[in-house]
Amino acid sequence: MADFNLPANSRYTEIPGRAHAAPAGATRVKTFQIYRFDPDSGEKPRLDRYQLDLDRCGPMVLDGLIKIKNEVDPTLTFRRSCREGICGSCAMNIDGLNTLACTKSIADIKGDVKIFPLPHMPVVKDLVPDLTNFYAQYAAVQPWLQTRTPPPPDRERLQSKEDQEKVDGPSACILCACCSTSCPSYWWNSDRFLGPAALLASYRWIVDSRDEATAERLDMVSDSFKLYRCHTIMNCTEACPKDLNPARAIAEIKKLLLERQV
Amino acid sequence: MASNLRPLSPHLQVYRTMYTMALSILHRATGVALSGSLLLLAAWLLALASGAPCYGWVAALLGSPLGLLVLAGVLAAFWYHFCTGIRHLVFDTGHCLEKRQARLSARVVIVAVVILTGASLLALLHRGGYV
Repeated sequence: MADFNLPANSRYTEIPGRAHAAPAGATRVKTFQIYRFDPDSGEKPRLDRYQLDLDRCGPMVLDGLIKIKNEVDPTLTFRRSCREGICGSCAMNIDGLNTLACTKSIADIKGDVKIFPLPHMPVVKDLVPDLTNFYAQYAAVQPWLQTRTPPPPDRERLQSKEDQEKVDGPSACILCACCSTSCPSYWWNSDRFLGPAALLASYRWIVDSRDEATAERLDMVSDSFKLYRCHTIMNCTEACPKDLNPARAIAEIKKLLLERQV
Repeated sequence: MASNLRPLSPHLQVYRTMYTMALSILHRATGVALSGSLLLLAAWLLALASGAPCYGWVAALLGSPLGLLVLAGVLAAFWYHFCTGIRHLVFDTGHCLEKRQARLSARVVIVAVVILTGASLLALLHRGGYV
Protein backbone atom coordinates (compact mmCIF):
# COMPACT_ATOMS: atom_id res chain seq x y z
CA MET A 1 0.00 0.00 0.00
CA ALA A 2 1.29 3.38 -0.92
CA ASP A 3 2.37 5.56 1.97
CA PHE A 4 1.98 9.18 0.93
CA ASN A 5 3.70 10.54 4.05
CA LEU A 6 7.37 10.38 4.86
CA PRO A 7 8.45 8.10 7.74
CA ALA A 8 9.22 9.95 10.98
CA ASN A 9 13.00 9.72 10.48
CA SER A 10 12.75 11.20 6.99
CA ARG A 11 10.85 14.43 7.59
CA TYR A 12 13.12 17.37 6.93
CA THR A 13 13.15 20.52 8.96
CA GLU A 14 14.49 23.96 8.32
CA ILE A 15 16.94 25.18 10.91
CA PRO A 16 17.01 29.00 10.74
CA GLY A 17 20.57 29.32 12.05
CA ARG A 18 22.00 27.39 9.16
CA ALA A 19 21.77 30.01 6.42
CA HIS A 20 24.83 31.13 4.52
CA ALA A 21 24.52 34.73 3.36
CA ALA A 22 25.87 36.04 0.08
CA PRO A 23 29.24 37.82 0.20
CA ALA A 24 29.10 41.58 0.72
CA GLY A 25 28.67 43.59 -2.46
CA ALA A 26 26.83 40.83 -4.32
CA THR A 27 24.31 42.24 -6.77
CA ARG A 28 22.68 39.20 -8.36
CA VAL A 29 21.88 37.03 -5.34
CA LYS A 30 20.22 33.64 -5.76
CA THR A 31 19.23 31.45 -2.82
CA PHE A 32 19.80 27.71 -3.00
CA GLN A 33 17.69 25.59 -0.63
CA ILE A 34 19.39 22.25 -0.35
CA TYR A 35 18.33 19.01 1.37
CA ARG A 36 20.98 17.88 3.83
CA PHE A 37 21.36 14.60 5.66
CA ASP A 38 24.40 13.53 7.63
CA PRO A 39 24.32 9.82 8.56
CA ASP A 40 27.00 10.31 11.23
CA SER A 41 25.20 13.03 13.17
CA GLY A 42 22.12 10.98 14.04
CA GLU A 43 20.01 14.04 13.21
CA LYS A 44 17.01 14.18 10.92
CA PRO A 45 17.34 15.58 7.41
CA ARG A 46 17.26 19.39 7.18
CA LEU A 47 17.09 22.17 4.61
CA ASP A 48 20.07 24.52 4.36
CA ARG A 49 20.08 27.89 2.62
CA TYR A 50 23.01 29.23 0.64
CA GLN A 51 23.05 32.63 -1.03
CA LEU A 52 25.25 32.83 -4.11
CA ASP A 53 26.39 35.79 -6.17
CA LEU A 54 25.44 34.79 -9.71
CA ASP A 55 28.03 37.21 -11.11
CA ARG A 56 30.67 34.95 -9.62
CA CYS A 57 29.10 31.62 -10.47
CA GLY A 58 28.82 29.43 -13.56
CA PRO A 59 25.47 29.22 -15.35
CA MET A 60 24.33 25.72 -14.37
CA VAL A 61 22.90 24.38 -11.11
CA LEU A 62 25.91 22.07 -10.84
CA ASP A 63 28.21 25.12 -11.04
CA GLY A 64 26.33 26.51 -8.04
CA LEU A 65 26.69 23.26 -6.09
CA ILE A 66 30.41 23.05 -6.83
CA LYS A 67 30.85 26.70 -5.82
CA ILE A 68 29.11 26.02 -2.51
CA LYS A 69 31.26 22.96 -1.87
CA ASN A 70 34.48 24.76 -2.81
CA GLU A 71 33.90 28.10 -1.15
CA VAL A 72 31.08 27.94 1.41
CA ASP A 73 30.45 24.48 2.84
CA PRO A 74 32.82 21.60 2.01
CA THR A 75 30.54 19.10 3.77
CA LEU A 76 27.91 19.36 1.01
CA THR A 77 27.86 15.96 -0.69
CA PHE A 78 26.65 15.15 -4.21
CA ARG A 79 27.62 12.99 -7.17
CA ARG A 80 29.00 14.60 -10.30
CA SER A 81 31.46 13.74 -13.00
CA CYS A 82 31.24 14.79 -16.65
CA ARG A 83 29.40 18.14 -16.21
CA GLU A 84 28.00 17.78 -19.75
CA GLY A 85 24.95 15.50 -19.42
CA ILE A 86 26.44 12.18 -20.47
CA CYS A 87 27.42 10.43 -17.23
CA GLY A 88 24.13 10.77 -15.37
CA SER A 89 25.79 11.19 -11.98
CA CYS A 90 24.30 14.55 -10.97
CA ALA A 91 20.64 13.51 -11.31
CA MET A 92 18.57 15.17 -8.59
CA ASN A 93 15.24 16.87 -7.99
CA ILE A 94 15.66 20.54 -8.92
CA ASP A 95 12.81 23.04 -8.81
CA GLY A 96 10.35 20.16 -8.35
CA LEU A 97 11.49 18.12 -11.33
CA ASN A 98 14.07 15.38 -11.78
CA THR A 99 16.91 16.41 -14.04
CA LEU A 100 20.68 16.67 -14.32
CA ALA A 101 22.22 19.53 -12.34
CA CYS A 102 24.85 20.02 -15.05
CA THR A 103 22.36 20.71 -17.85
CA LYS A 104 19.83 22.69 -15.80
CA SER A 105 20.35 26.42 -16.10
CA ILE A 106 20.02 28.50 -12.93
CA ALA A 107 18.44 31.28 -15.00
CA ASP A 108 15.52 28.98 -15.88
CA ILE A 109 14.46 28.76 -12.24
CA LYS A 110 12.13 31.36 -10.79
CA GLY A 111 12.59 32.09 -7.10
CA ASP A 112 14.82 29.96 -4.89
CA VAL A 113 16.65 26.97 -6.32
CA LYS A 114 15.25 24.03 -4.35
CA ILE A 115 17.35 20.89 -4.58
CA PHE A 116 16.45 17.46 -3.19
CA PRO A 117 17.82 13.98 -3.81
CA LEU A 118 15.99 11.81 -6.38
CA PRO A 119 12.53 11.20 -4.85
CA HIS A 120 11.47 8.20 -2.77
CA MET A 121 14.95 6.72 -2.46
CA PRO A 122 17.03 5.82 0.61
CA VAL A 123 19.43 8.71 1.22
CA VAL A 124 23.09 7.83 1.80
CA LYS A 125 24.12 11.44 2.43
CA ASP A 126 22.80 14.85 1.35
CA LEU A 127 21.98 14.59 -2.38
CA VAL A 128 23.33 11.05 -2.77
CA PRO A 129 20.61 8.38 -3.04
CA ASP A 130 21.20 4.64 -2.70
CA LEU A 131 20.73 3.27 -6.24
CA THR A 132 21.36 -0.41 -5.37
CA ASN A 133 17.80 -1.50 -6.19
CA PHE A 134 17.77 0.59 -9.37
CA TYR A 135 20.94 -1.06 -10.66
CA ALA A 136 19.73 -4.52 -9.63
CA GLN A 137 16.60 -3.96 -11.72
CA TYR A 138 18.77 -2.95 -14.66
CA ALA A 139 20.81 -6.14 -14.24
CA ALA A 140 17.59 -8.18 -14.01
CA VAL A 141 16.64 -7.36 -17.62
CA GLN A 142 20.00 -8.87 -18.73
CA PRO A 143 21.12 -5.87 -20.79
CA TRP A 144 23.48 -7.65 -23.16
CA LEU A 145 23.25 -9.39 -26.54
CA GLN A 146 22.03 -12.99 -26.23
CA THR A 147 22.23 -15.39 -29.17
CA ARG A 148 21.59 -19.06 -29.97
CA THR A 149 23.09 -19.25 -33.44
CA PRO A 150 26.87 -19.06 -33.96
CA PRO A 151 28.16 -15.77 -35.34
CA PRO A 152 29.08 -15.59 -39.02
CA PRO A 153 32.67 -16.85 -39.42
CA ASP A 154 33.90 -13.94 -41.50
CA ARG A 155 32.21 -10.85 -40.03
CA GLU A 156 30.27 -9.37 -37.13
CA ARG A 157 26.53 -9.79 -36.64
CA LEU A 158 25.21 -7.09 -38.93
CA GLN A 159 21.86 -5.33 -38.94
CA SER A 160 20.16 -2.97 -41.36
CA LYS A 161 20.20 0.78 -40.90
CA GLU A 162 16.46 0.66 -40.14
CA ASP A 163 16.96 -1.99 -37.45
CA GLN A 164 19.78 0.02 -35.93
CA GLU A 165 17.55 3.10 -35.78
CA LYS A 166 15.10 1.16 -33.58
CA VAL A 167 17.72 0.82 -30.84
CA ASP A 168 19.37 4.23 -31.34
CA GLY A 169 16.97 6.00 -28.97
CA PRO A 170 16.83 3.52 -26.08
CA SER A 171 20.62 3.00 -26.33
CA ALA A 172 21.16 6.66 -25.47
CA CYS A 173 19.93 6.08 -21.90
CA ILE A 174 22.57 7.14 -19.37
CA LEU A 175 20.93 5.39 -16.37
CA CYS A 176 20.64 8.61 -14.38
CA ALA A 177 17.39 7.32 -12.75
CA CYS A 178 15.52 10.60 -13.35
CA CYS A 179 12.64 8.72 -15.02
CA SER A 180 12.16 5.88 -12.55
CA THR A 181 12.29 8.16 -9.53
CA SER A 182 9.76 10.56 -11.11
CA CYS A 183 7.18 7.78 -11.48
CA PRO A 184 4.52 7.64 -8.73
CA SER A 185 3.97 3.97 -9.56
CA TYR A 186 7.67 3.35 -8.94
CA TRP A 187 7.48 5.31 -5.68
CA TRP A 188 4.83 2.96 -4.30
CA ASN A 189 6.03 -0.31 -5.89
CA SER A 190 9.77 -0.09 -6.58
CA ASP A 191 10.24 -3.45 -4.83
CA ARG A 192 8.26 -5.20 -7.58
CA PHE A 193 7.79 -2.76 -10.51
CA LEU A 194 10.91 -2.61 -12.70
CA GLY A 195 10.41 1.08 -13.46
CA PRO A 196 10.81 3.03 -16.72
CA ALA A 197 14.62 2.91 -16.94
CA ALA A 198 14.92 -0.89 -16.64
CA LEU A 199 11.94 -1.41 -18.97
CA LEU A 200 13.46 0.96 -21.54
CA ALA A 201 16.65 -1.13 -21.34
CA SER A 202 14.62 -4.32 -21.73
CA TYR A 203 12.88 -2.86 -24.79
CA ARG A 204 16.24 -1.89 -26.28
CA TRP A 205 17.19 -5.60 -26.41
CA ILE A 206 13.70 -6.85 -27.31
CA VAL A 207 13.68 -4.80 -30.53
CA ASP A 208 17.33 -5.49 -31.40
CA SER A 209 17.25 -7.57 -34.59
CA ARG A 210 20.47 -9.37 -33.59
CA ASP A 211 19.17 -10.54 -30.20
CA GLU A 212 17.77 -14.08 -30.11
CA ALA A 213 16.33 -14.12 -26.59
CA THR A 214 13.27 -11.98 -27.43
CA ALA A 215 10.76 -14.56 -26.19
CA GLU A 216 12.56 -15.05 -22.87
CA ARG A 217 12.81 -11.28 -22.43
CA LEU A 218 9.09 -10.88 -23.01
CA ASP A 219 8.39 -13.78 -20.61
CA MET A 220 10.49 -12.06 -17.97
CA VAL A 221 8.59 -8.75 -18.01
CA SER A 222 5.14 -10.31 -18.51
CA ASP A 223 4.06 -9.77 -14.93
CA SER A 224 1.34 -7.68 -13.33
CA PHE A 225 3.94 -5.87 -11.23
CA LYS A 226 7.22 -5.90 -13.20
CA LEU A 227 5.61 -4.32 -16.28
CA TYR A 228 1.94 -3.58 -15.73
CA ARG A 229 2.37 -1.23 -12.78
CA CYS A 230 2.99 1.29 -15.56
CA HIS A 231 -0.24 3.25 -15.91
CA THR A 232 1.10 5.55 -18.66
CA ILE A 233 1.28 8.53 -16.33
CA MET A 234 4.11 9.91 -18.55
CA ASN A 235 6.19 11.46 -15.75
CA CYS A 236 9.14 9.40 -17.03
CA THR A 237 9.10 10.89 -20.52
CA GLU A 238 8.57 14.38 -19.10
CA ALA A 239 11.58 13.95 -16.79
CA CYS A 240 14.14 12.35 -19.14
CA PRO A 241 17.07 14.79 -19.52
CA LYS A 242 18.11 12.98 -22.72
CA ASP A 243 14.66 13.43 -24.32
CA LEU A 244 14.10 9.68 -24.52
CA ASN A 245 10.65 8.13 -24.29
CA PRO A 246 10.41 5.29 -21.74
CA ALA A 247 6.59 5.53 -21.83
CA ARG A 248 6.58 4.67 -25.52
CA ALA A 249 9.01 1.78 -24.97
CA ILE A 250 6.77 0.33 -22.25
CA ALA A 251 3.68 0.74 -24.44
CA GLU A 252 5.51 -1.09 -27.24
CA ILE A 253 6.41 -3.96 -24.89
CA LYS A 254 2.75 -4.23 -23.85
CA LYS A 255 1.77 -4.30 -27.54
CA LEU A 256 4.31 -7.05 -28.32
CA LEU A 257 2.97 -9.14 -25.43
CA LEU A 258 -0.58 -8.69 -26.72
CA GLU A 259 0.42 -9.53 -30.30
CA ARG A 260 2.08 -12.70 -29.06
CA GLN A 261 -1.20 -13.87 -27.56
CA VAL A 262 -3.41 -13.43 -30.64
CA MET B 1 24.93 2.64 8.66
CA ALA B 2 22.32 0.03 7.83
CA SER B 3 20.24 0.97 4.83
CA ASN B 4 16.95 0.58 6.71
CA LEU B 5 18.00 3.50 8.90
CA ARG B 6 18.50 5.71 5.91
CA PRO B 7 15.83 8.37 5.49
CA LEU B 8 13.50 8.20 2.52
CA SER B 9 13.95 11.17 0.20
CA PRO B 10 10.84 13.39 -0.13
CA HIS B 11 8.59 12.56 -3.09
CA LEU B 12 5.02 13.92 -3.22
CA GLN B 13 6.16 16.64 -0.83
CA VAL B 14 8.60 18.14 -3.35
CA TYR B 15 7.64 16.92 -6.82
CA ARG B 16 5.94 19.56 -8.92
CA THR B 17 2.31 18.69 -9.61
CA MET B 18 2.42 17.95 -13.30
CA TYR B 19 -0.54 17.53 -15.64
CA THR B 20 0.64 13.92 -16.02
CA MET B 21 0.13 12.84 -12.41
CA ALA B 22 -2.89 15.11 -11.87
CA LEU B 23 -4.77 13.51 -14.78
CA SER B 24 -3.75 10.03 -13.68
CA ILE B 25 -4.84 10.33 -10.04
CA LEU B 26 -8.10 12.01 -11.09
CA HIS B 27 -8.75 9.13 -13.48
CA ARG B 28 -8.45 6.73 -10.58
CA ALA B 29 -10.44 8.92 -8.19
CA THR B 30 -13.32 9.31 -10.66
CA GLY B 31 -13.26 5.55 -11.24
CA VAL B 32 -13.67 4.95 -7.50
CA ALA B 33 -16.37 7.62 -7.29
CA LEU B 34 -18.28 6.05 -10.19
CA SER B 35 -18.14 2.63 -8.52
CA GLY B 36 -19.50 4.25 -5.38
CA SER B 37 -22.24 5.98 -7.35
CA LEU B 38 -23.57 2.56 -8.37
CA LEU B 39 -24.92 2.42 -4.80
CA LEU B 40 -27.09 5.42 -5.69
CA LEU B 41 -28.39 3.60 -8.75
CA ALA B 42 -29.07 0.48 -6.65
CA ALA B 43 -30.92 2.56 -4.04
CA TRP B 44 -32.99 4.19 -6.77
CA LEU B 45 -33.88 0.80 -8.30
CA LEU B 46 -34.73 -0.69 -4.89
CA ALA B 47 -37.00 2.27 -4.19
CA LEU B 48 -38.60 1.85 -7.60
CA ALA B 49 -39.36 -1.81 -6.83
CA SER B 50 -40.67 -1.04 -3.34
CA GLY B 51 -43.57 1.11 -4.44
CA ALA B 52 -44.68 4.68 -4.67
CA PRO B 53 -44.11 6.00 -1.08
CA CYS B 54 -40.52 4.75 -0.94
CA TYR B 55 -39.76 5.89 -4.50
CA GLY B 56 -41.21 9.30 -3.80
CA TRP B 57 -38.94 9.70 -0.81
CA VAL B 58 -35.78 8.69 -2.74
CA ALA B 59 -36.78 10.78 -5.76
CA ALA B 60 -37.26 13.79 -3.49
CA LEU B 61 -33.85 13.20 -1.91
CA LEU B 62 -32.10 12.95 -5.29
CA GLY B 63 -34.09 15.93 -6.57
CA SER B 64 -33.06 18.14 -3.66
CA PRO B 65 -30.31 20.74 -4.28
CA LEU B 66 -27.76 18.51 -2.52
CA GLY B 67 -28.94 15.45 -4.44
CA LEU B 68 -28.70 17.31 -7.73
CA LEU B 69 -25.21 18.50 -6.83
CA VAL B 70 -24.10 14.93 -6.15
CA LEU B 71 -25.65 13.71 -9.40
CA ALA B 72 -23.95 16.55 -11.31
CA GLY B 73 -20.66 15.44 -9.72
CA VAL B 74 -21.28 11.86 -10.82
CA LEU B 75 -21.99 13.12 -14.33
CA ALA B 76 -18.73 15.09 -14.40
CA ALA B 77 -16.84 12.09 -13.01
CA PHE B 78 -18.37 9.90 -15.71
CA TRP B 79 -17.33 12.19 -18.55
CA TYR B 80 -13.85 12.64 -17.09
CA HIS B 81 -13.33 8.90 -16.71
CA PHE B 82 -14.78 8.37 -20.19
CA CYS B 83 -12.47 10.90 -21.87
CA THR B 84 -9.27 9.93 -20.04
CA GLY B 85 -10.23 6.30 -20.67
CA ILE B 86 -10.20 6.98 -24.41
CA ARG B 87 -6.89 8.82 -23.99
CA HIS B 88 -5.41 5.74 -22.31
CA LEU B 89 -6.89 3.48 -24.99
CA VAL B 90 -5.02 5.54 -27.59
CA PHE B 91 -1.84 5.33 -25.48
CA ASP B 92 -2.22 1.54 -25.36
CA THR B 93 -2.22 1.37 -29.16
CA GLY B 94 1.19 3.07 -29.07
CA HIS B 95 -0.04 6.44 -30.37
CA CYS B 96 0.19 10.01 -29.05
CA LEU B 97 3.03 9.14 -26.67
CA GLU B 98 5.27 12.05 -27.59
CA LYS B 99 5.46 14.77 -24.93
CA ARG B 100 3.86 17.36 -27.19
CA GLN B 101 0.97 15.02 -28.04
CA ALA B 102 0.43 13.96 -24.42
CA ARG B 103 0.24 17.61 -23.34
CA LEU B 104 -2.19 18.40 -26.14
CA SER B 105 -4.40 15.38 -25.43
CA ALA B 106 -4.52 16.39 -21.75
CA ARG B 107 -5.88 19.80 -22.76
CA VAL B 108 -8.34 18.27 -25.21
CA VAL B 109 -9.61 15.96 -22.45
CA ILE B 110 -10.18 18.85 -20.02
CA VAL B 111 -12.01 20.94 -22.62
CA ALA B 112 -14.10 17.95 -23.72
CA VAL B 113 -15.07 17.13 -20.13
CA VAL B 114 -16.21 20.70 -19.49
CA ILE B 115 -18.28 20.81 -22.70
CA LEU B 116 -19.78 17.33 -22.33
CA THR B 117 -20.62 17.82 -18.66
CA GLY B 118 -22.13 21.26 -19.27
CA ALA B 119 -24.20 20.16 -22.26
CA SER B 120 -25.48 16.92 -20.73
CA LEU B 121 -26.22 18.61 -17.40
CA LEU B 122 -28.21 21.33 -19.13
CA ALA B 123 -30.09 18.77 -21.24
CA LEU B 124 -30.95 16.64 -18.21
CA LEU B 125 -32.02 19.62 -16.10
CA HIS B 126 -34.16 20.83 -18.95
CA ARG B 127 -35.77 17.42 -19.36
CA GLY B 128 -36.41 17.23 -15.62
CA GLY B 129 -38.14 20.60 -15.72
CA TYR B 130 -35.55 22.36 -13.58
CA VAL B 131 -34.60 24.94 -16.21
